[in-house]
Amino acid sequence: MTKARTPDYSYFTRQGADGAASMELVVDGVHCGGCIGRIEKSLKAVEGISDVRLNFTSRRLTLVWSDPAFDPGEAIRLLERMGYHANPFKLQAGEDQEAVQSKFLLRCLAVAGFAAMNIMLLSVSVWSGNVTDITPETRDLFHWLSAAIALPAAAYAGRPFFQSAWNALKVRQVNMDVPISLGILLALGMSLYETIHHAEHAYFDSAVMLIFFLLCGRVLDQIMRRRTRAVAGNLAALKADTAHRLMDNGEVVQIPAAALRIDDRILVRAGDRIAADGTVVSGHAQLDESLISGETMLHKAEAGRPVYAGSINLDGTLTVRVTATGENTFVDDIDRLLDKAVHARSRYVQLSDRIARGYAPMVHSAAALTFIGWMLAGQSTHDAIIAAISVLIITCPCALALAIPAVQVVAASKLFRSGVFLNSGDAIERLAETDIVIFDKTGTLTLPEPHVVNAADIDPAILALAGRLALASRHPLARAVAAAQPSLSPLEDVTEEHGRGVRAIVDGAEARLGSASFCAVDVPPALFERYPGASLIAFRHGAQHAVFFVNQALRPDAAKTVQALAQLGLDIRILSGDRAKPVEQVASSLGLTQWQAGLTPADKVAIVDDLKAEGRKVLMVGDGLNDAPSLAAANVSISPISAADLSQAQADAVFLGKSLTPILTTILTARHARRVMRQNLWLAIVYNVIAVPVAMAGLITPLIAAAAMSASSILVTLNALCARGRKEAISSSHEPASAVPVLRSA
Amino acid sequence: MNVLVYLLPMALGLGLTGLFAFLWSLRSGQYEDLDGAAIRVLDNDDLRTPADQLRLR
Repeated sequence: MTKARTPDYSYFTRQGADGAASMELVVDGVHCGGCIGRIEKSLKAVEGISDVRLNFTSRRLTLVWSDPAFDPGEAIRLLERMGYHANPFKLQAGEDQEAVQSKFLLRCLAVAGFAAMNIMLLSVSVWSGNVTDITPETRDLFHWLSAAIALPAAAYAGRPFFQSAWNALKVRQVNMDVPISLGILLALGMSLYETIHHAEHAYFDSAVMLIFFLLCGRVLDQIMRRRTRAVAGNLAALKADTAHRLMDNGEVVQIPAAALRIDDRILVRAGDRIAADGTVVSGHAQLDESLISGETMLHKAEAGRPVYAGSINLDGTLTVRVTATGENTFVDDIDRLLDKAVHARSRYVQLSDRIARGYAPMVHSAAALTFIGWMLAGQSTHDAIIAAISVLIITCPCALALAIPAVQVVAASKLFRSGVFLNSGDAIERLAETDIVIFDKTGTLTLPEPHVVNAADIDPAILALAGRLALASRHPLARAVAAAQPSLSPLEDVTEEHGRGVRAIVDGAEARLGSASFCAVDVPPALFERYPGASLIAFRHGAQHAVFFVNQALRPDAAKTVQALAQLGLDIRILSGDRAKPVEQVASSLGLTQWQAGLTPADKVAIVDDLKAEGRKVLMVGDGLNDAPSLAAANVSISPISAADLSQAQADAVFLGKSLTPILTTILTARHARRVMRQNLWLAIVYNVIAVPVAMAGLITPLIAAAAMSASSILVTLNALCARGRKEAISSSHEPASAVPVLRSA
Repeated sequence: MNVLVYLLPMALGLGLTGLFAFLWSLRSGQYEDLDGAAIRVLDNDDLRTPADQLRLR
C-alpha cells in the first residue's frame, strides 16, 4: 500500500504576481564567503531556477522559479549533496512586521540625525554670535530656519514616542514616553513662541537631539530583538517536523507538520516523532511520551488510543487520524492552566515603567512649583512660564529612557553569543531577581536523547562493533548505542528483523543487536536493580555478549552547574512528572535534597504559585509540554532548544546545546546587568539633582540644556557598554551550534 | 552677510543629499544582508564571461 514518498512543498511556496514562484530556505553549514558563490552558482545552473539569493546574515536562501513543473525538492537535494542541510521555511507574521518596524525606525533615525546636525550648525552660529556681534535679523533668520527643519523633522521622527505615549494615555497609564513627548512638544512650542518674539534663545536643537538619541536606543533594541527572532526562526525551521500523510489512493506524501489538517491520516514509523495530536486508527507501538508528561516509562499505543504531538514511536508502525494541529496540539487541561498562568505573568511591571509612574508626577509638580515660585517672587508670567518649561525640558528623561534599554541590549547580545536567546527584554530584570531555581528532570537536567548509561563497564571494542551495527537501524535504542562511540563507520550487509533487531556477519561470526531473546543473552536481575527505569538492548558477537542499558543521562555539566547555582545563594529544587525512583536517583547524584516526583502540570503550577505567594522569585527551567503552564506561571523561565514548541513559546529564554552552563551564565549576566541598570539610574538621578535646581533658578540656556542632555545620555550609554567588556566568572563551554548564523556583536 | 545667501542652501543641500542617499539605500535593501555584502564585494567571478560584462554595462 505504501508506494512513493514524495515530499510536498506547496505549503512553503509563494506565488508572485508575474507567475514566478518563490520559496525561502534556511541553509545550515554556510560558513564563509566561498559558500555563497558555490551555492548560488550551482543552483543558478539548475534548469527552471530563475533567481537565487543567499542572505549571509540570516543564512536564508530565496529561490525563484517560473516553470510550474519545477520541483523545489531538487534544489534541496542538490544542496544536500553539496554538504548543506536546507529546510524550507515559512516567514512568520511577527518577523515580517518587525522588519517593517525596523525600517520605519531607521528612517526616523535618519531624519532626526539630519535635522539634529543641521540645527546644531545653525545653533552654534547663534551661540557664538550672541557673545560677539550677530545682528538680531540674522539670529531671527537662523531661528526660523531651525524651526523650518525641526518642526517637520520632529513630527516625522518623533512618531514612535508620540504613538506610544498616546496609547498609554488612552488606557490611563503613564509610561516613559509620556514625559518624553511632553518635553519634546513643550521645547518645540516654546522655541517657536520665542522665535516669533525675536528672543535670544530657542531650544530646537535640544528637542531634535533628544529624539535622535532616544531613537538610537530604540534602533539598537530593535536590532537585538530581530536577530534573536531570526535565529529562533532558523532553529525552528531546521528541526521542523515532517509528517507522512496517507492519501486516499494509498500513496504516502511527506509534508511539513504545519501543513497537516484535521482528519488527515498520517503514518508514523518506528523512530518517528508524532507530528500532531490524534487518535490511533491501526497498528501497535511503544511510545516514549517523556516530552509530554516528563515520564520516562514507555506507553503502549493501540487502535482508539489518543496520541500527542512530540511523542516518539519506538517500534511498530501506527496510522493516526489527526484531531488537532498547529497551535492547538496540546491537551485541554494544559491549555486551561496556561491561560491562567499567562494572565498572572502579565501583571509584572517593568522597572522602567515603575520609575515612569513615580517620575512623571514628580517632574510635573517640580515645574508647577517653579511657576508658582517665580510668580510669587513677582516675575512676569512670561518669565515664570519660561522657567517652568525649562524644568520640563531639562528633566525630559533622555538618560532615564536610555538607562535600562541600553543595558538590556548589551546583556542580550552577550547572552546571544553564549547561546541563550531572550524572548523578552524585561526578562533580564526578572532573571536577576531570582532566588529559587526549579528544574524539570526529563530533558532539562537530563539530555533529551537517551544514552547508554553503562558504557563505562563495557569493553570499548564491543561497544564500537555494536555501534557500527547500530548505525543501520533507526530504532531510538540503537541510535543511543551508535552515539556511545564517536565516528563509527557503518557495516555492510546488515539485515533488520522487524521488531527484534539487526544482524550482520563480522569476521566470520554473526553479530546481533536487539532484544535479549534475539541475541540469546540472559540478563541477571541484579543489573536491572542497578539501572532502574532503563531500557535494555543486547548484543552478541560469537561468544562475546553485552547488555546495554539505555536511559536518559544527565547533562554532562549538570552537577557542576547546580553546585555553582547553589553557591550563588539560590535554592534549587526538582519538580518532575516522572516516577519517584529515577527522580531520586538524579537528585542524589546532583546532591539535591528537595525534589518531588509524579507531579501533574497542575501540581507544578500550584507549587510555583505557593512559592510566589511566599514572596519567592521563581526561575523555572523545563522543556516538556507538561512544564508549559509552570513555565508561564513562574516569575521567569528558561527552556532548552529541544523543548516542546509550546514550552519554548512560554519561556523567557531558550538555550542551545548539551550543556547546562547557559543557565548559570544567564543568571550571572542578568545580575550584572541589573547592577549596571541601577548605576545608570543613579547617574540619571544625580544628573537631575544637579540640573533641576539650575533650571528652577531660571539659569538654563539652550547651550546648557543641549550639553547636559547629551552628556548624561552618553554617560549612561558608555556605562552600559562597559558591561560587555567584563570577563565572565565561569567560562561558558557550550559547543558551537552550526544551525545558528555566526554569532557576532551588534 | 551676503555669504549666507549661498552658504546656507549649500549646507542644507549637502545634508539633504546625505539623507536621501541613506533613505534610498534603505529602500533598495542594502541593510538586509550586511555580512553578505562585505563578502560579495570580494567575489569577482561575476565578471568572467563577456556576456556577463555586457549585461552589467
